[in-house]
Amino acid sequence: MVWQKHDYDDIPGTYVFDGKRSNSAYNLNKMAFSFNSEVNRKEFAADMDAYCRKFKLTDEQRTAVLEGDFLKLLHLGGNIYYLAKIAVFHGLGVQDAGAAFHKITTDEFRQMLLNNSEGFQQELQKRGGYWNG
Amino acid sequence: MAKVICGITTSHIPAVGNAMYDKLENDPYWKRFFDGYAPVIEWLEKEKPDVVINVYNDHGLNFFLDTVPTFAIGCADSYQNDDEGWGIPTSASFEGDAALSWHLAESLINQGFDMTMCQEMKVDHGCVVPMNLMFRHLPKWPCKLIPLAVNTVQHPLPNAKRCYDLGKALRVAIESYPEDTKIAIFGTGGLSHQLQGERAGIIDVEFDLQCIDYIINDPDKMCAFSNTEIMEKAGTEGIEVIMWMVMRGALAPNVNLLHKHYHAPISNTGAGVLLMTDGTD
Repeated sequence: MVWQKHDYDDIPGTYVFDGKRSNSAYNLNKMAFSFNSEVNRKEFAADMDAYCRKFKLTDEQRTAVLEGDFLKLLHLGGNIYYLAKIAVFHGLGVQDAGAAFHKITTDEFRQMLLNNSEGFQQELQKRGGYWNG
Repeated sequence: MAKVICGITTSHIPAVGNAMYDKLENDPYWKRFFDGYAPVIEWLEKEKPDVVINVYNDHGLNFFLDTVPTFAIGCADSYQNDDEGWGIPTSASFEGDAALSWHLAESLINQGFDMTMCQEMKVDHGCVVPMNLMFRHLPKWPCKLIPLAVNTVQHPLPNAKRCYDLGKALRVAIESYPEDTKIAIFGTGGLSHQLQGERAGIIDVEFDLQCIDYIINDPDKMCAFSNTEIMEKAGTEGIEVIMWMVMRGALAPNVNLLHKHYHAPISNTGAGVLLMTDGTD
């Protein structure tokens, strides 16, 4: 069995969610999907370890879920939208996860977003035709 | 005859849903973003579409990874929003138009787009946030909804050209429906953002504005991008811009641009709002 290489594999710091990842982490993402139901969220919150075992997570996946190690979970095939359903149990949102991926604080991550967008209004004026409030 | 009266693009990020729920529209962080919708809201109020075809992606509410349709169309009498697991408030349910949906599905399939037809379809924030952005000031939804879900979650995804061609076929399908029906098409998601990995947090203003320009004036240039090229520039989640191409395909080759707005960052994204109608060739 050979998983095909893709040109997007070379984008740095990026884990494109494709068949290989989805296949390798099906149970992890399935567990996260189960959290759409409040009954399941309560069961998980009451005993996270047991709930992970019920969904047959690997030891590595289970440890990462319990520790809230989202970069690890990403490496292990977690899909970001599904990981968001796990992150809430650690009191985290996607910006906190983004900060964790960079090993910086959430405030520093927010500042990075501002920096990345800096000067956009001047750019809009240069191009013209944009609504500008 | 049914007719496409406009194409609209909008972000659909959950943070916007939460901000609307918490009534933060005048908060300094949010004001410029929300103000950019006022002309679109006003236009919709005046033109009163009968149906919104909302092109969005599901983020793990209706579709799990067990079955991921590339293109799915709601063919039901109604659609519910539901618990997504992490606390975004749910919205009132939507009235569908089953007869129109089934006509669209049939026409699209006859034109070579093998749609998945959904008679039970929960719509998540990807669909609901745009509806709230346009219509939340009204006591109830003023029009029917037909959700059209594009897979932007699990690769391989359809590319920009395929989405554009789907939009063109959608226009043919709409115009072969005999009942007078005014249809607004929403292309949702984007623009640049990446939520995952060490590259999380990228926003590429220049690429976003280039995409906006291509989508308005030269959609073929947008079609020339591969999905990898889009992800390299706009981030893995920035790939959602392919859904704007479905909307664009449903408009005439030349468009009248009625409104153009961009703001960044909003949460993790660059956010673009366009309102376009058919132009003359």
